[in-house]
Amino acid sequence: MWSDVEQKELEEILKKYPTKRSALLPALYLAQREKNWLDDDDILAVAEALEVPVTDVQAVIGFYTLFRREPTGKHMIHVCTDLPCALRGAEDFYARLTRRLGLPSEGGTTADGLFTLEAVPCLAACDKAPMCQIDLQYYENLTDEMIDTVLAQFRAEAQQESGA
Amino acid sequence: MANEYLKEHILLRHKDIPNIGDIDVYIADNGYVGLKKVLESMPPADVIETVKAAGLRGRGGAGFPTGVKWSFIPKGAKDVYIVVNADESEPGTFKDRELMEYNPHLVIEGAAIAAYAVGAHTIYIYGRGEFKGPFVTLQKAINQAYEKGILGENAMGTDYALDLHLHLGAGAYICGEETALLNSLEGYRGYPRSRPPFPAVEGLYAKPTVINNVETMANVPGIIRHGVEWYRRFGTERSPGTKVFCLSGHINRPGNYELPLGAPIRYLIEELGGGVPNGKKVKAVLPAGESSLMIPADKLDTPMDYESMAAIKSMLGSASFIVMDETVDIVWAAEKMIHFFKHESCGKCSPCREGTFWLSKVYQRIRSGQGSMDDIDLLTKIVDQMTGNTFCQLGEFATSPVKASLLHFRDEYEQYIQK
Repeated sequence: MWSDVEQKELEEILKKYPTKRSALLPALYLAQREKNWLDDDDILAVAEALEVPVTDVQAVIGFYTLFRREPTGKHMIHVCTDLPCALRGAEDFYARLTRRLGLPSEGGTTADGLFTLEAVPCLAACDKAPMCQIDLQYYENLTDEMIDTVLAQFRAEAQQESGA
Repeated sequence: MANEYLKEHILLRHKDIPNIGDIDVYIADNGYVGLKKVLESMPPADVIETVKAAGLRGRGGAGFPTGVKWSFIPKGAKDVYIVVNADESEPGTFKDRELMEYNPHLVIEGAAIAAYAVGAHTIYIYGRGEFKGPFVTLQKAINQAYEKGILGENAMGTDYALDLHLHLGAGAYICGEETALLNSLEGYRGYPRSRPPFPAVEGLYAKPTVINNVETMANVPGIIRHGVEWYRRFGTERSPGTKVFCLSGHINRPGNYELPLGAPIRYLIEELGGGVPNGKKVKAVLPAGESSLMIPADKLDTPMDYESMAAIKSMLGSASFIVMDETVDIVWAAEKMIHFFKHESCGKCSPCREGTFWLSKVYQRIRSGQGSMDDIDLLTKIVDQMTGNTFCQLGEFATSPVKASLLHFRDEYEQYIQK
């Protein structure tokens, strides 16, 4: 399951810790990197590489929100709607975004599979709300027009890729 | 001038010198002079005594004296670890992210000095998985420090070895609690550990460990470079030094502001933050994020230091001031905060796991117009059962929104019920 590049990266990661188990979160990030979620083979590969029982790996995955067990859209959009952001209009911003993406109020994946939208807890950008992270990149002080421009760029990219 | 209380920035130095994240710029501004000084001329015990004398208190929230924390490491212990808590997840708090992103060498230098003081050769910075952006610049800074021989086998040309690794969490508020953080770093679920044993005796990999917040580390180089007397020129007798104050919510100029401890809340909100937008009035302020007891507008002349904030029955904590204007529905705000704590409860202990679950249910009932006066007593009852009975401090914090909103704005609950 590990590519040569990933195998090398994993070895580098392991050097940072006195125990293999400490590398569990970094190894899971590595296993998740290519397709954005973890399938059974990924979990098995991580468990074997770190000599950790499969059930332990699954228990850890279940505890942390940034690991996913289901396929997602190509790009993850996380909008913070916690209190400080909500005071600056983040809840309405999020609600409008769900409607423009044709999604229910709890978010989800767009029909074209390009975006997965979620409302998430604090991302430490309270002073720049409304804000979101797309694939972990911060976008701050957002208006509807700004986010539309950003999403249009992603759509154009995807079209170019499928055309190429 | 940074502001009326501070001639130039000490922690948010990048506001005066924008590219200080680059190692050459940092070095040109006296950077790594503190680390060089301790490695070449100070016995570790002297470093600890200096930080103790400076009176630096932990900036993560608890305000525990940093030098005292360092002195708990058993003398002559082997395999000591330094862990920098960069798991900044408290809603309203965004100071560590800025420090790591824009002034990373100050954090690295502080952590390196701390390592030398307690005899550690390995430092881990544990940060949020969401902090990919700040961590790119932080990792670049670490790489530069290795290239310049500041970190590595022979730190700054001495025979002291210093390694520093970044470690990413994966989305769990609880990992800001220091023993939960250690479990997470070891590759386990982030459940808090029972104490004793304290981390200074049995911490990471059951070895003596010091865990300090990012901003705490950022305070250390200045103390070593300029001395105790210089440091104590800022702040108050019992709360010395400067602090980064995060300002968010209903405010004209939100952001991070550095002030000496003891400056009044009003100065932060009205002068630096430019007051509340649209000429509205302040209704309440959360001084340390959602974990803190909100204070009403008549307390804005309180000095922002550990003692004064405790005296008005709240806390300074991480100094994350969330301003709510007169239009805010306090019951809505309390429900939002409870929703956060319910989502982030790690599930280890029942008072927090069940308590936040039931609080959330009662809030839904009240807010949907189905509540009764008994529900107000029920909220009080639930938080009373949680208080003092949760496994870690975070469960205790979950009661703050309920307690403080009922204390100051009980009438708003009654209005919901009588509607």
